[in-house]
Parts: sequence; C-alpha cells; structure tokens
Amino acid sequence: MHELNYEAPTSLDQAISVLAAAGENGRMLAGGTDLIIQMRAGVRQPGQVIDAKKVPELQALSFEAQTGLRLGAARACCDIIADATVQQHYPGLVEAAGLIGSDQILARASVGGNVCNGSPAADTTPALIALGAVCHIAGPNGTREVAVEDFVTAPGQTVLAPNELLVAFQVPAPQGQAADCYQRFIPRNEMDIAVVGVGSCVALDGDTCTAARIGLGAVAARPLLAKEAGDALVGKTLDDAAIEAAAQLAQQAASPISDMRGTAEFRTHLVGVLTRRTLKAAAARAR
Amino acid sequence: MKKVYVQTTINGEETEFLCEPRQSLLEVLRDVVGYTGTKEGCLTGDCGACSVILDGRPTDSCLVLGVEAEGKDITTVEGLADGDALHPLQKKFLEHAALQCGICTPGFLVTSKALLDRNPNPTEHEIRYALAGNLCRCTGYDKIVRAVQDAAAEMQGR
Ligand SMILES: Cc1cc2nc3c(=O)[nH]c(=O)nc-3n(C[C@H](O)[C@H](O)[C@H](O)COP(=O)(O)OP(=O)(O)OC[C@H]3O[C@@H](n4cnc5c(N)ncnc54)[C@H](O)[C@@H]3O)c2cc1C
Ligand code: FES
Ligand code: FES
Repeated sequence: MHELNYEAPTSLDQAISVLAAAGENGRMLAGGTDLIIQMRAGVRQPGQVIDAKKVPELQALSFEAQTGLRLGAARACCDIIADATVQQHYPGLVEAAGLIGSDQILARASVGGNVCNGSPAADTTPALIALGAVCHIAGPNGTREVAVEDFVTAPGQTVLAPNELLVAFQVPAPQGQAADCYQRFIPRNEMDIAVVGVGSCVALDGDTCTAARIGLGAVAARPLLAKEAGDALVGKTLDDAAIEAAAQLAQQAASPISDMRGTAEFRTHLVGVLTRRTLKAAAARAR
Repeated sequence: MKKVYVQTTINGEETEFLCEPRQSLLEVLRDVVGYTGTKEGCLTGDCGACSVILDGRPTDSCLVLGVEAEGKDITTVEGLADGDALHPLQKKFLEHAALQCGICTPGFLVTSKALLDRNPNPTEHEIRYALAGNLCRCTGYDKIVRAVQDAAAEMQGR
C-alpha cells in the first residue's frame, strides 16, 4: 500500500478541519471494507486518511417518534441490525444492512461507507431511498442536506465536495400503518453483489395506500428512486393489479446493462419480480 | 514514513508496537508483533484466514489498519489455548479431523470462538451463517460444523 498519514479526530470540528487541510488528498475511513481494498489495489491513493469512527455524531443511533432515526454515517452494520428499535420500525433497512458480507464484514462496514462508496449495487442505498432518508453533510462552509436518491451521481461518485463529509442519515419515522422491505437477487445465499436490489416502503390507511416509495439498485449507473411507480399506488388498494402496474413502471425506470452478473433483459425481469415481492411484504408488515 | 506508536491488548496482554499507518493489522500482527497464527489469504475480505476478534467481534485483520488497533482488545488464535491446554474448539477440530492443509484453521477457530462467546448454543444454520466469511478449500465444511457443534455441547456440559 502507498504511504499515508492517519488521523483519528474525536470531534466533528476536528474532522472537518483535517479534511479541509488535506484537500483533494484526504479521504474518510469508516469500516475500510471498501477503502482498504481500493487502496491496496492502488485504485485510490489518499495521502491523508481520516478515521470517521471516533467522531460521536458519526456513531449516532437514536430514534424519536417525531423525527425518526438518526443514523451516524460510520456506525457499524452489526450494531444497526441488532438494534430492537431499528428492527421494529425499519425492517427493510435491517434486511439491507444485514446482507453486507460476512459477520467479519458486518462488524466493520457502515451504511455511510456503503452509500459514499457510490456503487450502483450497494444494498443499503435503495432501502434508504425507499424510506425517504436524507444525508446530512458537513464541511468548512457549513452543513447541507441531500436526499439519498440525489447523493450518488455516477459509479464511485457522489455530491460530496473533497472537503465535505457525510455526518448522518435522517430517516423519517413511519407514519401510521407503514413498513418497508428490501430484497436482492443473487445466485447464492450470502456473500455476493446484487444482480438487482429493490427497496419498497408503503403507508396504508385501512386498505388504501397513502404513500409509497420504491428504490432500485444495480439497474442504472446509480441507485434510483422509481418515483412514478410509487406515486401510482397512492389512493389505490394494494391488490394484484395495482402492484403489477407499479412493477411495470419500476421496470420502465430501470436502464440496466448486461454484464457477467446478468443480462439487461434478466435484470428488467428481476425489477418486476422484486418490486412485486417487496411491495407485498411491506404491505403485509404495515397491516 | 514516520512510525506511529500504538498501545493495545493482544490475547490479554498489554502490547505496544510501532507501525506505519499504511500497514494492515494483519501485517502488524504477523511481521511486527510475531503472532503468525493469523494467516494471509485473499487480502480482500473474502476468505477469513486473517480473522481476529476485535473488541468482541470477528474481524478480517487484512481490512483494518494497524494504527486502528489503538486502545482495542484483540484475540488471535494464539489466545485460545490456556497454556498447554487446548481450547475445546481446538480439541474438537483435531478429533473431527476438521482440517487438512490447515491454512484456514486459525480463522475458523477464531470466528467460531467469537460465535460461541455470543451464542453458546447455536443451531447448525447459525453456525454455517457465522462461518460464511471463512473459506476452506479442503474439508468441505461438514467436519468443521460438526466440530463446532461438539465443542459447543462440551462447553455447555452436555
Ligand atoms: C467480502 C465483502 C462482501 C461485501 N458484500 C457486500 C454486499 O453484499 N452488499 C454491499 O452493498 N456491499 C458489500 N461489500 C462492500 C462494503 O462492505 C460496503 O460497501 C460497506 O458498507 C462499506 O462501508 P465501510 O464503512 O467499510 O466503508 P469504507 O471502506 O470505510 O469507505 C467507503 C468509501 O466511503 C467513503 N466514506 C466513508 N465514510 C464517509 C463519510 N462519513 N463521509 C464521506 N465519505 C465517507 C470512504 O472515503 C470510501 O471512499 C462487501 C465487501 C466485502 C469485502
Ligand atoms: S486475508 Fe483477510 S479475508 Fe482473506
Ligand atoms: S484445511 Fe485446507 S483450506 Fe481448509
């Protein structure tokens, strides 16, 4: 590995100033399960590595009925999936975060790192998009908020400026009868990258759908919000016909490529299958 | 490159070392501190040969920087036996012939220990999931799973 400097700031202000001083040469390190592999391969060669894990704001994991979940960017997935409150209110986020690698990877990998790494196939990104989560960003010029669906701009690229870091996600509290679900297709049970991943979140009033959001992974250059597909469900009863119509709209939102994991045609088929399944599962949980 | 001074606890002993920030914890354990039981396989988080227990969690030491060990508690395979007395997992791996070439064995032992520390009575399904991040090219896994089940039973006094 190339030569580098390591700093482990213990406050957000310190982290921001170390990052600002490093400029283009600086990079945040959370669990390192993407970054250390990329540094070893020479794909990324930051001269200044800044450990995110000792900054208290980046370790947040707290829920309030009004504002929802505050999830620090560097908090390890093993803590998130074991948290009873997160399990109760965001089962789809638990499904997505729990899929990241083995126990050894879950012990280190963070959701912030998963999203900031910018992979179109990252598992937690579509789940967060479905939940309407917002990224809280900080830099020397202050803070800003960006919806998760607008955060990743291209494979490996995000809206973050070199001097900005992701502090936390704010995930809205479920409104009334609401629930989420995340599923992906891979050719085996564990330890693989999504061929397609779909997150769905629905809110119901009796039998009527009052809100729905569908996030898609691995079907475009970046994770997507299938907005028309979710909007088409509002005001409807979530019967087979409504769900089929939404699945077709989700398929239209996808623009997959063919690669060794699957053809574009197969991926489009999977978007339909997983949209139907996640909508049904989310609705069953909401009821 | 200037070396960094790191204080940590390895296998219950307070340990200090000097390392470069670019060195992985795996490299530091093997080449600086001399715990060569921890093995290098893939260096990409796939094989688990480099597994250690870091603050109670099984972790791939190839994906941790040595400098990140500051203030942490680390268990390597050398920390399993009590003097000359093998840990029940080690005894059962021998009895069940749960190894052939042995390169994967320290990683399996350490990951299994982390599992049993958390969940003393795992189902076969839980064992197989907990060991999904450890690869073995020789045994076909069944003997490893049986050894872990048997060790759990013995440790529970069954
Ligand atoms: C064996 C294995 C299996 C895997 N399986 C999966 C899988 O099934 N699904 C999946 O989606 N991923 C998987 N991954 C990829 C990886 O584990 C995840 O993307 C993980 O969530 C990354 O988190 P991290 O904390 O390790 O990030 P790091 O590697 O620390 O960082 C990743 C990137 O994000 C940046 N970053 C991190 N935190 C911040 C911050 N706060 N502000 C700004 N930038 C930041 C870093 O600079 C870096 O560029 C796997 C990896 C391995 C090795
Ligand atoms: S060497 Fe670390 S996981 Fe293979
Ligand atoms: S015994 Fe040879 S790899 Fe497992």
